[in-house]
Amino acid sequence: MLTIRNLEAYYGAIQALKGVSLHILPEEIVCLIGANGAGKSTLLRAISGLVLLVKGEISLDGVSLVGRSPEEIVALGISQAAEGRQIFAPLTVLENLELGAYQRFHKEGRRQITQEIERIFELFPVLQERRAQPAGTLSGGEQQMLVISRALMSKPKLLLLDEPSMGLAPIVAKEIFQFIRDLRESGTTILLVEQNAKMALSLADRGYVLETGKIILEGETAELLQNREVKRAYLGKGRKGFLEE
Amino acid sequence: MGNSYAIESQEMSTSIILQLILSGVTIGSIYAMVALGFNIIYNSTSIINFAQGEFVMLGGMFMVSLVGPLNLPMWVAFPIAVLAVTLIGMAFERLCIHPLKMPSVLSLIIITIAGSILLKGGAMFAWGKETFSLPHFSTEKPILLLEATILPQTVWILGIIGMVVLLLALFFRFTIVGKAMRACAANRPAASLVGINVKRIVLLSFALSAAIGAIAGIIITPISLMDYERGAILGLKGFGAAVLGGLGNPMGAVVAGFLIGIVESLCAGLISSHYKDAVGLVVLLMVLFIKPSGLFGSAQVSKLKKF
Repeated sequence: MLTIRNLEAYYGAIQALKGVSLHILPEEIVCLIGANGAGKSTLLRAISGLVLLVKGEISLDGVSLVGRSPEEIVALGISQAAEGRQIFAPLTVLENLELGAYQRFHKEGRRQITQEIERIFELFPVLQERRAQPAGTLSGGEQQMLVISRALMSKPKLLLLDEPSMGLAPIVAKEIFQFIRDLRESGTTILLVEQNAKMALSLADRGYVLETGKIILEGETAELLQNREVKRAYLGKGRKGFLEE
Repeated sequence: MGNSYAIESQEMSTSIILQLILSGVTIGSIYAMVALGFNIIYNSTSIINFAQGEFVMLGGMFMVSLVGPLNLPMWVAFPIAVLAVTLIGMAFERLCIHPLKMPSVLSLIIITIAGSILLKGGAMFAWGKETFSLPHFSTEKPILLLEATILPQTVWILGIIGMVVLLLALFFRFTIVGKAMRACAANRPAASLVGINVKRIVLLSFALSAAIGAIAGIIITPISLMDYERGAILGLKGFGAAVLGGLGNPMGAVVAGFLIGIVESLCAGLISSHYKDAVGLVVLLMVLFIKPSGLFGSAQVSKLKKF
């Protein structure tokens, strides 16, 4: 579905990605783990067309995405719930959701969109309760639900999730992850970026480990969970075992 | 005898004050319109468009030509003049703002200053340095209101402005494009991630601001006349109102516009009209010293602003 080959991305003179290759198959959940500054968010920004200087190849079902504008990429079927809960704070919860379907308004009309918002409200009753409130007044977890829901409103083929658990209490993060698990049941293809490697690996089918702009490891999540390097660097355990050896 | 004279003069002065307030409301509503134009562009681009006053001037000038030499009826000339200025606003955005890749806010603002000089020069070339007038929209016979009189044109001005503000509010509140414009103002990267074409929203905001400016110029010309240089001072006052009301806050802009208009008019009537233009700016400076985010702006929001 999504194929990335030898992707390089630059911020001015700084090279944030140094030849990244990865692929995502339909209905797969793929996670990308790595430390702060490894280039995870840059990769998602490059897929969404937000990084101007990109070399290499990104394609969705054979259609190249490089050089396209963010709105064209949304139209092709990629939606991103960006890092840091990027809501439209002064707008109401309902308006935030409507804007998630911005491009569909012209094609499908208001009624279809309203029906879908009702579906989202069934999934997240708390959003329905707060539908008329400015989104900025929601709690962190609710804002994260809103951002993911808004990203789903464009009916994407591929959903990009950037750090959905960041800054959330562990119990709230668990709820969000449960929701992502439910999304898999509905057949959504997801690329998940997380610092919380344990949660991400327990959820995804396959994973990639990104370090200073390069993929250093990839494989089934079950394998990665057993990998000594992953355990040491990202799961925060196994150090004792490591010393004993 | 002396006593009754005193009462009479007191009545005189209340009616004078009422009269001054009414004329302040009239000019203030124009400042409010200009301030709204500033806000619409500020919200979608975070730049201050210093050509905003020129849109007002151009609206008046086009109307003068359409009604005078071309002899069109008012109701035909009005939309044509608004459309002409709207197209100029859009051309300005396409030619001067759009082509720049990753421009800084400061360079954009300087471009709008250049644009304003260009538009003013163009207007002088096209219409010359004369001062023009327009016939009032209906009769010029004043209406008596309480103890003051108001011109029917003032009623037109207030009615049209009320309508514009109402339509804008409905547009931003209920249409998906209006919501998209607010989304761009709130969070630009997120707006492009949900598939909003931000550049098109910027173009639309210039079109909208130009149209509002043109309407203000058309309705004020019968009362205050118009020449090619008038845009600068209207733009400055409107900018004052926008800052006073808290940049980016449309309701604040409207209230602040009326406030500046009324204070100016009271000063002109009670102290001296020489200081009229200064007073509005002194009020502005005082507010900025005490509350830099503007009367209705929140300090938290103003921290995030580039200006």
